[in-house]
Amino acid sequence: MHWGVIQISVTNLVIIGVMLVLFVLALVLPFPGAHGDDTPKSPR
Amino acid sequence: MSARADLLLGEPADRSNWTVRLRTRLQHTVPPGQALPDRQPVYVSSWIYVFGVLTLAAFVVILVTGGVLAIGGAAWWHTSGFGHFVNSLHLWSVELFFAFMVIHLWGKYWMAAWRGKRALTWMTGVVAFLGSIGTAFTGYLSQSNFDSQWIAGQAKDGLNAVGIGAYFNVLNPGQMLLWHVVLLPFVIGVLIVLHVILVRRHGVVPPIDAAEE
Repeated sequence: MHWGVIQISVTNLVIIGVMLVLFVLALVLPFPGAHGDDTPKSPR
Repeated sequence: MSARADLLLGEPADRSNWTVRLRTRLQHTVPPGQALPDRQPVYVSSWIYVFGVLTLAAFVVILVTGGVLAIGGAAWWHTSGFGHFVNSLHLWSVELFFAFMVIHLWGKYWMAAWRGKRALTWMTGVVAFLGSIGTAFTGYLSQSNFDSQWIAGQAKDGLNAVGIGAYFNVLNPGQMLLWHVVLLPFVIGVLIVLHVILVRRHGVVPPIDAAEE
């Protein structure tokens, strides 16, 4: 693939895309065993 | 020297003894509780903190498969089924090593991981990354096939243009193989050990809006 001075193979572009998806998933997916703020609150 | 150690030996430690000085230095650098901690701050419970150790795991697979390739030699990895398999394991563990390392880099960059006197941790990581690129490059030159010959033919002009072709000759497969299996892995290994020791010494960097724990 070729845009001006940028040239990259489809394979390498797909790998970079998968890495970006992994990065975003690592930020948003909950970690097993993590204790967040979702603990049940006492009724008022 | 701790009071307990003094009690065990029955006399104060001799500071002129280099073993005592080295032990004291090591204990000062990474206190025993920090070397292999069994608890981490709550913010470490995130997948983004996993990519450093994934990089380390891939590095171990690279070293082991590289060791097996070194035992068998080029004729073995080109002609036998098991040789092809180990060669592929070596290649794919390198692919994963770089993918994990770059995601680790993205995560640490966006959380400004050099904060809190962690500049040396950041810089050892940067130099290890650059050294890894050189190690991968000499690896492609050590395949001993037409691919490595083509890469060497293309790379020689660039390296000659920057004036290092006489000392780092990509057309010399023996020199490239020794850089790949001895010099560069040694440098990368030492840098990774330093990097991990520094992480243990200063602790995992907290998110930007979190307090140090």
